[in-house]
Amino acid sequence: MKINGIRIDNTFAEGFSMQATRILITAHDRRWAAIAAEAMTGFATSSLVCGCEAGIERELSPDETPDARPGFAILLFAMNSEKLAKQLQSRVSQCILMAATSACFAGIQSNQPVPLGSLLRYFGDGWQVSKVINGKRYWRIPVMEGEFVCEESTGMVSAIGGSNFFILATTPSSALAAAEIAIEAIRHLPNIIMPFPGGIVRAGFKFSSRYKNLMFSTNHLFCPTLKGQVNSALDRETDAALEIVINGLSELDIRQAMRVGIQSVCALGREHGITRISAGNYGGEMGSFHFPLQEILA
Amino acid sequence: MTPLTFTLKMVPPQRVDLSNLVPHLLAHLSLTDIAGLPLPCGNRTLRVDNLFEITGKNPEKLLFYNTCNTLDSIGNNMQGGIIRVHGEVGAYLGQNMKSGEISVFGNSGMYVAAGMSGGELYIQGNAGSFLAAARPGEPMGLRGGRVIVTGQAGDRVGDKMRRGLVLIEGDVGDYCGTRMIAGTIAVFGQAGRYTGFGMHRGTLLLSQPPLHLPVTFNECGQYDLLFLRLLAQVLHYANSPKRTSLSKPVHRFVGDMACQGKGELLILNAAKPS
Repeated sequence: MKINGIRIDNTFAEGFSMQATRILITAHDRRWAAIAAEAMTGFATSSLVCGCEAGIERELSPDETPDARPGFAILLFAMNSEKLAKQLQSRVSQCILMAATSACFAGIQSNQPVPLGSLLRYFGDGWQVSKVINGKRYWRIPVMEGEFVCEESTGMVSAIGGSNFFILATTPSSALAAAEIAIEAIRHLPNIIMPFPGGIVRAGFKFSSRYKNLMFSTNHLFCPTLKGQVNSALDRETDAALEIVINGLSELDIRQAMRVGIQSVCALGREHGITRISAGNYGGEMGSFHFPLQEILA
Repeated sequence: MTPLTFTLKMVPPQRVDLSNLVPHLLAHLSLTDIAGLPLPCGNRTLRVDNLFEITGKNPEKLLFYNTCNTLDSIGNNMQGGIIRVHGEVGAYLGQNMKSGEISVFGNSGMYVAAGMSGGELYIQGNAGSFLAAARPGEPMGLRGGRVIVTGQAGDRVGDKMRRGLVLIEGDVGDYCGTRMIAGTIAVFGQAGRYTGFGMHRGTLLLSQPPLHLPVTFNECGQYDLLFLRLLAQVLHYANSPKRTSLSKPVHRFVGDMACQGKGELLILNAAKPS
């Protein structure tokens, strides 16, 4: 399959079953909402190392937030509900509670609640106050700046993580330019995050290593500098590969994000140095969700 | 279907208990059955059709017309549906109400919303004393839901109130929020003497300082409290003029220090009370 002279590999991305939640962070102004959101989603690229994968889903205008202040919607993914609850708790307590003027609200409803303010309230040392407003319980925790307001809990849903596609190009700068365009196109879609720095992975990995203490190591088949040493997946004209990893709340969300991202890259055409689109998988044995590139783009 | 309508034919000789006339109890009854339902009146029992002319069919929506202040317990233990009353009502309006909607276009008597735990009660008029308060012997008053009074309310509003929201656009009498356990009372008129006396927890939101604040309330300063922005959503209703005033700093007092002292009295107008 070729689009605009760019080859689409007959392969598939492999996604894993995860648990996810959404929270809304607000603050006095956009700057402090962004500071809280960025702190909350920091060091959350891979659940294997960081404990969770998190990212800013989108910016919220004051008329979209419960307290009519600027805010951000955050999606947080973990391998199971216990890890999700633990990560959410520690991140909200250290990144949002501590951020000036911030507040935290539930961003998703489900019949599986995850504690938010219900545990954080103990920080109030007995001075915390509960308010039930419109059927939702909020906690007012006294802090040195005034009060931190946090909703009792948020919802947890089943989700998918680890889906991806590779952008292969003649030069690193061509690959980066194309990846940035893909990120910009995907960023506007709902229920999706790209948890890696800037949405892009430059060090894709495989689940094996010659060192016994390591679970994973560099994806040597896609490393251009090793083309002469290994049975490389890169052809002669390809000298750079970047990966975009996508986590989403449903299979449909991820398929749409992959389609939008790949199409935006293909719209550039072969003349912009893009040679191929590929994807990472582990033979289809580790993840329960498969995203075949050609089927998605058909 | 047209709403089931009860039009009062005569002023009853004594107080009448209308507990039987709620949507969930009328749902499966014919008009004949409804006409024969008993209504306790003093030491006698009247039939519904002795007092009311009955028209309409839909028991999910009840209309009362030409009512008077001796009709008690309207909406008692209500579990859904709608009741609209055009005229005055007696005591115990919405008592133990669990869900649904009651609107009264007239004044109401004592103990409105006593023991109410859900739903919405709207009075376009005045409410008597003990609005949202606990009945004698009961441990709690209002336990949930929203009560709106566009006129004035009497003494002891929210006595022993446990949860929920009471909004009064006009003045309230003395002892507002006494022995309050939790919940929120907003008064946009003048509150009387001994406001918050014996208050344990909860929020009293006043537009102006009360006539008298117990000495067991301490001042905390003036703050722009974020939760008031959330509260503004539930204070807002059709024709409500009060929503925007909640984004200003409020003067905060806490008390009653003789009773746990975790209640708060928030005054929108920052002038210090006497």
